[in-house]
Formats: sequence, structure tokens, C-alpha cells
Amino acid sequence: MGKVAKQRKKGLGAARAKDPSGTVTSMVKNNPFEVKVNKQKFQILGRRTKHDVGLPGVSRSKAVKKRTQTLLKEYKEREKSNVFKDKRFGEYNTKISPEEKMMKRFALERQQNHEKKSIYNLNEDEELTHYGQSLADIEKLHDIIDSDSDAEEGGVLSAELTAAHFGGGGGLLRKKTLAGEQDEEEERPKSRKELIEELIAKSKQEKRDRQTQRENALELTEKLDTDWKEIQTLLAHKTPKSERKDKEEQKPRPDEYDIIVRELGFEMKAQPSDRMKTEEELAKEEQERLQKLEADRLRRMHGKDEHENKKKPKHMSADDLADGFILDKDDRRLLSYKDGKLNVGNEEEDDKEEEGGKEEESEGEPASEDEEEAIVEEDNATDSPSDLESDTESEEDDTANEEQKKNKRNEKKLQSEDEQNAKIEAARAELPYTFVVPESYEKLKSLLFGRIIEQQLVILERIQKCNHPSLAVGNKAKLEKLFGFLLEYIGELATVEPPELQTIDRLVLPLYSLCQMFPEAASNSVKFVLRDAAHDMEEMIEVKGRATFPGLDMLIYLKITAIIFPTSDFWHPVVTPALVYMSQLLTKCQVMTLQDVVKGLFVCCLFLEYVSLSQRFVPELINFLLGILHIAIPQKQVQGYTVVHPFRPAGKNSELLLVCDKKDMETWKKQNLPLTIVTRLKESSKTEMNHFRLSCLALCLDLIKKCAALYGSLSSFHEIMQPIRVLLTEHMPVSEYPKQLQELHQNALKEMEDKGKRYTPLVCEKKKPVPLKLYTPKIVKVLEFGRKQGGSKEEQERKMLIHKHKREFKGAVREIRKDNQFLARMQLSETIERDSDRKRKVKQLFSSLATQEGEWKAMKRKKFKN
Amino acid sequence: VAAAVLASSLESVLGSRGCANRVFDILELLQADEEDVILSAIRTCSRLFGALLERGELFVGQLPDPEPSLTDDYSAEDKYKIWMRHRYNSCVNCLAELMGHESFQVKELSLSTLMKFVELEGKYPLVKAEFKGSFPRELLKLIVENLIPCEEDSSLLISHFQEYMEYDDVRYFVMKAVAENVGQVMQKTKEVPLPVYQQNVFSLISPISMPNKENELVNFMPWFNSLFSFPLSLQEHKRAFERMWLGFLKHKLPTGLYKKVLVILHDSILPYLNEPTLMIDFLTVAYDIGGAISLLALNGLFVLIHQHNLEYPDFYKKLYSLLDPSIYHVKYRARFFHLANLFLSSSHLPAYLVAAFIKRLSRLALTAPPQALLMVIPFICNLFRRHPACKILVHRPGGPEDLSEDPYIMDEEEPSESRALESSLWELQTLQSHYHPDVAQAAAVVNQSLSELEDDISDLLELSAYELFDRELKKKATSVPLEFEQVRGLFGKKNSLFAEHFALE
Repeated sequence: MGKVAKQRKKGLGAARAKDPSGTVTSMVKNNPFEVKVNKQKFQILGRRTKHDVGLPGVSRSKAVKKRTQTLLKEYKEREKSNVFKDKRFGEYNTKISPEEKMMKRFALERQQNHEKKSIYNLNEDEELTHYGQSLADIEKLHDIIDSDSDAEEGGVLSAELTAAHFGGGGGLLRKKTLAGEQDEEEERPKSRKELIEELIAKSKQEKRDRQTQRENALELTEKLDTDWKEIQTLLAHKTPKSERKDKEEQKPRPDEYDIIVRELGFEMKAQPSDRMKTEEELAKEEQERLQKLEADRLRRMHGKDEHENKKKPKHMSADDLADGFILDKDDRRLLSYKDGKLNVGNEEEDDKEEEGGKEEESEGEPASEDEEEAIVEEDNATDSPSDLESDTESEEDDTANEEQKKNKRNEKKLQSEDEQNAKIEAARAELPYTFVVPESYEKLKSLLFGRIIEQQLVILERIQKCNHPSLAVGNKAKLEKLFGFLLEYIGELATVEPPELQTIDRLVLPLYSLCQMFPEAASNSVKFVLRDAAHDMEEMIEVKGRATFPGLDMLIYLKITAIIFPTSDFWHPVVTPALVYMSQLLTKCQVMTLQDVVKGLFVCCLFLEYVSLSQRFVPELINFLLGILHIAIPQKQVQGYTVVHPFRPAGKNSELLLVCDKKDMETWKKQNLPLTIVTRLKESSKTEMNHFRLSCLALCLDLIKKCAALYGSLSSFHEIMQPIRVLLTEHMPVSEYPKQLQELHQNALKEMEDKGKRYTPLVCEKKKPVPLKLYTPKIVKVLEFGRKQGGSKEEQERKMLIHKHKREFKGAVREIRKDNQFLARMQLSETIERDSDRKRKVKQLFSSLATQEGEWKAMKRKKFKN
Repeated sequence: VAAAVLASSLESVLGSRGCANRVFDILELLQADEEDVILSAIRTCSRLFGALLERGELFVGQLPDPEPSLTDDYSAEDKYKIWMRHRYNSCVNCLAELMGHESFQVKELSLSTLMKFVELEGKYPLVKAEFKGSFPRELLKLIVENLIPCEEDSSLLISHFQEYMEYDDVRYFVMKAVAENVGQVMQKTKEVPLPVYQQNVFSLISPISMPNKENELVNFMPWFNSLFSFPLSLQEHKRAFERMWLGFLKHKLPTGLYKKVLVILHDSILPYLNEPTLMIDFLTVAYDIGGAISLLALNGLFVLIHQHNLEYPDFYKKLYSLLDPSIYHVKYRARFFHLANLFLSSSHLPAYLVAAFIKRLSRLALTAPPQALLMVIPFICNLFRRHPACKILVHRPGGPEDLSEDPYIMDEEEPSESRALESSLWELQTLQSHYHPDVAQAAAVVNQSLSELEDDISDLLELSAYELFDRELKKKATSVPLEFEQVRGLFGKKNSLFAEHFALE
């Protein structure tokens, strides 16, 4: 605005300078009597004064002149209603020369007279363009490419190419020819009319040509189609791919040089990119990812999450008025450099993200990447095994290399890999490729039950892939349900006789991947299972007064919970209830049979696994182990320790694990407890029972050792372990036990004794003194004197507007007043003029009358005389 | 057939005195084998003798011997009445025997029939009464005797009998009868414990709800109208109640029963005794037994100490010795801690005592389940607030570094000797790494200085494991963290405990 105003002023000045009156003003300015100096009270340095010198006479005359031009005119025409309008072209426009004016007028006249034959034909005269090329031409080009007429394309191409090759390496596709031609034509001395007619004719011709071409092409394609249909039967065995290739070959192969030129042309646009990552870098990145996850886990383990979110004390500034007002975060981008380049924000970052894409993606959801891989694999119909399988194998390989001692299981697995691959192959081949997500548990069961493990896995894998949430809207909900069904299915597998543990073992993999996709749904399903189990137990306690250990399925569920959720979190929506439930199992369930002992020990193992990372203290675990030891020792004069709830110092079942048979002791060998024992105690010959007892005892001793190792750092470790130590040292008939057991016993005891006894008195954390709230006075910087300060921006703006309005209002009033004065003056002058006119006329009349009278008197006198 | 026989004989006996001998048919059928026959026989008896009682056709007064009575010089009318009275007696005896029948329906019916006789006898007394409205005590005694047999558990029948106990007079006489009966039976068996019998007695007398005020004694069996003054003051009532309980508790009780008695002792027995102090012996013996029984005796003892000025020497020592690992596991945990809270609320207790309690409670907390821990930690914190001198247990700046042993002596019976004040609460420090997040947080409170206000633990006292579980489930989670380690099967984790010890077979 300001600029425009200035320009206008300048223009005015220039105009004035041209005017003859300009010299007058300069003269006036020099005349001291015309100048009025505005007196200033104080001289202020640096203040620019606009109105120190005024030219009242000049400005007044200017105003009067303006009024005579506008107001006076209006005044004079106040009683006239007709207006004269001049519509001649450019009549008042002085910038057009008279010749031009006449030409234009002529053209307009012609236009008016010319009859419009087709008003809708917009295409005739003007040409639509895109990037300087006529659209019609582009259309033509397209047509050429689309239709398979090679000759024409070749021609055009070569013309283009010549332009490109020898046109100085400019843009390849630029086409100057048409424009050039036109220029040439214009140069020729041709009349305008001819030119236009020529143009019209040309475009019409072009149009016709195009029409015919198109028709021809259509005919040709139709003919080709019919021909093709005839041959198709003969070519039926050929794959579409090869067909496509054939077609490609049919096209004339572009010159090698052309290819290179084109490539070069395109290459110029390519952005510089990062190089591929090396193996080590990838490994490093993976390691970093794991480290990040681990750090995350540790943070959750210490329960810092919530504290940081909730309790973080806000920084109280000294200027804080405690009014809850928070300054918005300053989110301006800081100017920064990266790798020597200016970091310009978004674009750059986006690029980087894309480049580093894969890794990041895989960080986010490893499952999805697996999926992609798998899909690729299937498309190519390669002969590699299932993706999950391959993943685990490769990992196993890695770990096997790293780990010094190889697990026997792993080894076996590696050996039987080929076999398994073959099986998986078979499973893949037999099954259909797509599956719908089963909508009820029964459907899933009918889908899976009775098949071999590999087939079940493949089915689940395919269900997941065919119904990936990204493929359709409802898939997410369906797959979420699938998790619940699968869980139920696993539960059922655990309850059938005999339990299909191997299947469960493998089914954990799809369960895990599903869980990774839908954590919420998975947690809800597991919580549901837990709630049911706890509810059942509560009911049983209410009805019977005591509870029994749940079935194998529940134990498996608890184990699965540990697999798919991190058990080390300070609080976890699934794991914490599971822990509470397990605690109830260990404190409420009666130990009445050998199965109960095994189940209890299984729960103990679970507990140890849950807390193995977080090293949390589980009193129930110690109690239960103590109880197990208690029922394994013969004489019951309880001294030095007390057993708690599910166990009783004496009475029924208090010698459940006691083995008296010497021979059985000798023949015993440590073996893994089969989980099936939980559902039924097969062929309970006495020796085997005794062996189971000893195995349980061995497991118990080992668990004690693990506990001792785990809790060694607790401050009251010795108090915790005291009862167990007493029992182990004083009451246990170690000497009768087989050697392996004695060894375990020894190990456990050693682990306990090793821990040093150190007690440091507790000291409370020092409480920080709460600082007083201090308020510093509010200081406002005065930036410029004389300006109206204070208030917010809006306030200032408002004040300014009010001020402006006032000024404008005053100015307007003044103007109106002056207008009125001007008008009054005009009217006065009019009346004066009118009056003087009349006076003059009256005078004239009087004088004529006087002369008449005089003449008459003179005549009369003459009469008298005569 | 039997029904027809019964109906006709009932008809004829009630119809004419000549056919009186048909009573025997009815009485005979009372001993039949079939259940329904017995049932209908009982109903017939009830109708028959009910009618006879109402008509006054039974002999009133001391019943002469059956044999000579026929020869004596009674009128024919009297002879008939005497004869009929004998039949009535044998019928009552039969019914009493039937209360021990194996069929519950028979038992119930005979009981209600007998109670109907009681009612009718009250209305038309069979003894010459000095004052109107005497109570058929003998009959009631017979009923009570059969209600609490020595051999079988008759709690179901007793629970049916409870409806009659609503009546103040029935209750009164039952209490007297029970007291008498207990004395007799116990004397007979000579200290040989009779658990079933005692159980029966207990289930009969434990639901007795005594009236609180004199004017509440208005609920009598239907035949009394309020004009007749019955010698039944509240004082009297209480004395009967007291005698009954004392008689019952005098003998050795089985453990289960002991606990049950102690559970109800403080609010349904002690307030209704004339002399609650008579219970002191019983309670002190119970308190000395140890274990759960002691915990329960505490409540009654508290009432006596609190309201009846009982001086109990070494009460706190005894309380201290009650603390053993089982207190966190027993059912009566809430009750015990409620009382312990009361006992330890006095701010005049010496610091060493409170410190010993704190130390012992926290030492035992090392074996406690989470729901108990959630209760006991605020409990300990409250103790710290009441007895600031004990805060040295959690805050001992400049204490001796690196002790090799906890100075506190767990096995010491005497709190003053336990050296608790020299120790620190390492147990709570240990519990800070408890697996349950709430427990860990609660235990972490000792790290900071405590707030002034006491925590309210009354809600926590009853916290059960299931509630705890439910609470956890209902917590809303913003996100569910997942395990990032790839699975390899059920026991697939590296160095898994399970793979070491279990086989998937």
C-alpha cells in the first residue's frame, strides 16, 4: 500500500512538474509572503517534521479548483436528469494514436456486423497449449504412441531426436519447430486476412487428418483383435509373460546411443542417495534396535513410566504468576547443518526416512515385514521353507555360533531340518491358498483339528496373510477374534487325552505373531481366560472351602502369557493379574497328590521365569518350596521353621514325597518330568512313583538354588532363606539320597551360604526443603518514547484505529464545512450577479423613461412657446 | 390299605369309646417299615390325641401305675381317661423315638407333632397346676433329648426347630432342658469327648438370640394371653442362658467347635450373661492354647478387658507371641488385625514394645501373600505415626555400618529383650522389590518421611486375593507392551527353566 501511495505521489509530482503551473508554485514557494512557517516549541533531534512549512494560498486555491471541478458541476446539474454518455471507442483515451483508434473502431464495427455462424465452435481460432506446446499436437503424439503405427512414430522421433542431438543438449522434449514456422510466416509480407484464413484452413485440415487417422487405427486394431483371436487357440500354452516379451521385441529397439542419452537425461533428476548398508551396519542397527527395546523394558521394569508422566514436578519460574498460563512451546525450526549441508527440514527428512525406510519399518512391526517377505516368496514359488521357520533357523544358527555350548534340542532340530522342510512342502502343496477367517471357535477347530502340525501352521499362516488388515476393512476385527479362538483351541489341545503338547509348542508361533499385530485384543483374550480361571477357583473355595490346582490348559496359558508379554514390567495389564492368580494357586490350592506337587512346581517355575529379569521377590514361591521339602522329609518334629497355608505340619498328605525304598533310591536317575503326568499318572508302579517323587525333589532343590541366586542381593536374604536352610541342614536325610540329589542339595546349600551378611542401617531419603515462591516485579521495556505503549497487540491496534477514525472524522467534517462554504459563496455570487443585473435593467428602464419624459416635456414646452 | 385302616380307626376311636382299642392299630403302624405309612400314622396320631386333648379325655394329674389303676376304685370314666393317657404317653415316646428315624420327613413330622402336643398341653394342662398356664416341661425335655442325639448329626432338624425358639417361653425351657441334658450326658460318658453330641448342642444353642430388654419378652406360645403373668424376667432368662453355656463350655471341646464358639462369643454370648466375668477362665485357657484359637479368644478377652475391667498380666507379651507366620494366612486375619490395631492404638505403650511388634510383623511379612502385605504395610506405617520414637527403625543416620547380623532376635519371647530398637526394617526394604506393584509402592513409603495423617486400614482388612485380582484386571491400560524376543516354542527361551526340568510328552 505504502509503495503504491508513494508511486502515485511521485506521479503527481511529475505531472505537476510538467504543468505550467509548476513554475508558478516554485515561484510561490520562494515568495516569503506566501509561506507560512509553523513554529515549533522545542527542537527535537532526529524528528522529521512534515508540516513545518505550509503554503496556505496554494492549497486553498487547489481546493477551490477541485471543488469547482466536482462540487460545482454537481451543483449546476442538480436539477437535470439527463446524462450524456459517450461510448465511442477510446474517445477520451489519449494514449492511443488516432490511427489505431480508427482501426479498432473499424474492427469493432466489422465484428458487430459479422454474423456468428457457430457460436459454440471455440476451437477455431485459439489454440490451447501446455508448456508451450499445442494441446492438439500433444494429442496427436499420444495417438501415435497408442496406435502401433511404427513408421510415423519413428519419423517423429527422429525429428525430435535431431533437434535434441544437435540443438545443444537442451530439453529433449522441447519442440520449437511449430513456433519457428509461424515466425517465418509472419515475416512474410502477408495481409492479415490472408493469414487468418490460412490458419483456419490449416487447423481444419489437421482436424480432418486426425479424424481419418483415428478411424484407420481403430479399424486396424479391430482387425488385429480378430486375427489374434484366431491365433490365440494355437498359442494357448504360452504364458502371458512370454507373450508380453514377444510384443516388446516386435517394437523397433531404440539405438543404444539413444538409450544412453535418455538415461543421462533422466539421471540428472535423480537425487543423491545413501549407499547400501553393509552387513556390519545392519547387524549394528539390529543391535541398536534391541538395545532400545531393552532400555524400554528396563524403564517399564522400574515403573518409571508413570512417574515421569504424572509426577514430574513442573519447573516454577520466578515470573510464574501461578495463574495457570503456559507459554506455548517454541516450535520454530532451528537453523542447523547436517553433513555439511543446510538442514532445510521436511523434504530432507522425508528423503532420509525413505532411504532408511526398510530398517525403520522393520523396527515398527517386524511381523509385517515378515509377511512381505513371505508374500514375495510365495509369488516366486521358491522352494524355501516357511518364513517363520527360516527366521528361527537363521537365528538359531547365529546363536549357535555365538553360544559355546549347543543345546541338544537345537542340534536335533538342525538335523531333522530337511525332513521338516519336506513336510512343510507337502503341507503347502496340499492346502488351498486362501482361507477365510473362521468366525467361531467351532469353525477354527474343524479347520485345524485332525491335521498334522505343519498343515495347521500353514493354514494359520495363510489365514493371516489372506486377511491382512491392510487388505480389507473388516479384517482387523476378524483376526483379533482369531487370537481368542486360537487360545481356546490351545486350551482344548491341552485338555484332550493325551495332551497334544507338540502341537501347542508349534502353535505358539502364530499366536505370537497375532499378538504382535493386535496387542489390545490379545491382552483382552488372555485377561478373559485369567478371569474365568480365577472366578472358578473363587467359586470352588466358596463352595468346598478349598481349591484344587487347575488343569494343564491353565498352566499352558500362564506359560504362553510369559512368552508373548514382557514379564518384567513394573505393572502390566496382563502379567500382573497373572502373577496374582499364580500367587493364589500357590497359597490356596491343596497339595494332595503327586500331580498337585508337579503342578505346583510348574507354577514355581513359572514364577521364577516371570521374575527372572526383574528379580522381584515372591514370598509364595519360598513358602511353597519349603512346603514341598517339608513333605519330603520323614520325621515331623517341626523345629526352626513353620510351614504355611496349603501345607500342614502334620496330618494327611504330610509325607507325600517321602521315599523309603532304598532300591528305588539307587535306581533313580534324573529325568525331565513329562507334562502329561499332570493329567494322568500312568502305570503307577511303586518304583516309578518313587522315581517321580525323587525327580520332584530334585526339581525343588534346583529351584531353591535358583531362588538363592536370584534373591542374593535382597537385604533380608538370610531371613527369607532361614527356614529352608534349617530344613536342608537339620532335617533332611541327605545321606540316604542318591548321589545326584546329594549334589543338588549341596549346590543349593552352597548358593545360600555364599551370600555375605551385610546389614546397613536404613536412612530415609532427605526431604528437599520446599522453596518459597518468589515473585520478581514485572518490567516492561520501553522501546520508543512518545508512542502509546502498553496493552496487548490487539489493544494497541484498537487504539490506533480509534485514533485514525477520529482524525478522519474531523477531516471529513472540515471538508463538508468547506464544501458548504464554497456552495454558499457560489450562491451568494449568483444572487449578487442576479441583483446587479436587475439593478442595471431597472436603471436602464428609468433612464429610458426619463428620456421619454424629457422629450415629452420638451415638446410641451415647445407647445407653450408655440 | 394302611391309610384306610388309619382313617377308619381314627373315625371309630373318636366316634365311640367302645372302639377305644383300635388305638393300638394306629400305634402299631407307627412302627411300620414303610415311610408313608409311618407318616400317615403320625398324622393320624396328631389328629387323634389333639382331639382328645381338646375334649379333655385324657387323665389329668399324677398318673397312677397302669396295672393297679384298673383295679383301683376309679370311676369308669376315669379308667378310660387313665387308659387313654397311657396310650398318649406311649404315642409320645414312639414319636420321640421316631425323631431318630433315618427319613428326614418322618423326623420333621414327628417333631412338629410333638410341638403341637406341647402347645395343646399348655392349653389343656395334664398336670394339676398351682397356677394357670403351666408349661409341659417333661414333654419338652423329651423333645430336646431326642433333638440332640449323641450319635448322628441332626443339625438340619435343629434348624427346623429354630422356629419354635422364637417364643420366649419355649426358648427359656429349652435352655433349661439343654443345661440339664448336657449335665446328664456328660456325667454318663465321664469325660469321653462326644464331638457329634457337642456339635448338635452347639447348633441348637448358638443361634439363640436373646432379648435385650425386659419389655421384649412378649412373644409367647399362642395359648398365653398377656394377662397371665409368667415367671419369666429377663434376669431369669439370662441366668438360664448363662447356666446353659457354662455347662456346655465346662467340658473339653473339639478344635473346630472351639473356634466356632470363640467366633460368636463376643457378640452373641458375652453380652447376655449376667456375669460375663465367669467366662474369664474359659477365655484365658483358650488364649493359652495358641494358634488360631488364641487369635479368636483375643476378641472375647478384649471385651472383658475393655468393659469389665479384666486385668490380664503380660497381655502384650502374649499378643506378641501370637505373631507367627500363619497370621497372614488364616481366615481370621481381618479380625486379628482389627484387634491388634485397637490394642496398639494406645500412645502410652513403650517404644521398645511397639518396635518389637513392628519388627516381628515385618519379619513375618516376608512369607505373606500380597493381599496381607497390602494391609500390613499401612498398618506398620500407622504404628510409626503413633509412636514416632520407633521411626529409628527406618531412619538411623550415623548408625553402625555393616552389621554382620540383624540385632533383632526373632526367637525371643519377651519383647523387651528382642533388641528390636537396635535393628532396622530391612524387611520392608526387601518388600520394595515385591512382584506386586502395589506392594512395592506401599513398601517404598518408608523411604520418604511419613505424612502426618494415619492411613485408614479398615477397608484393607477384608481384602481378599480374588478382590485383588479383580482390581488388577479392571485397571485400564493405555497400551499393552509386548515381548520383543522372538518365540521359538513353548519352552523355547534360552536357558529356560522348563526345558531343563519338564518334557513335552
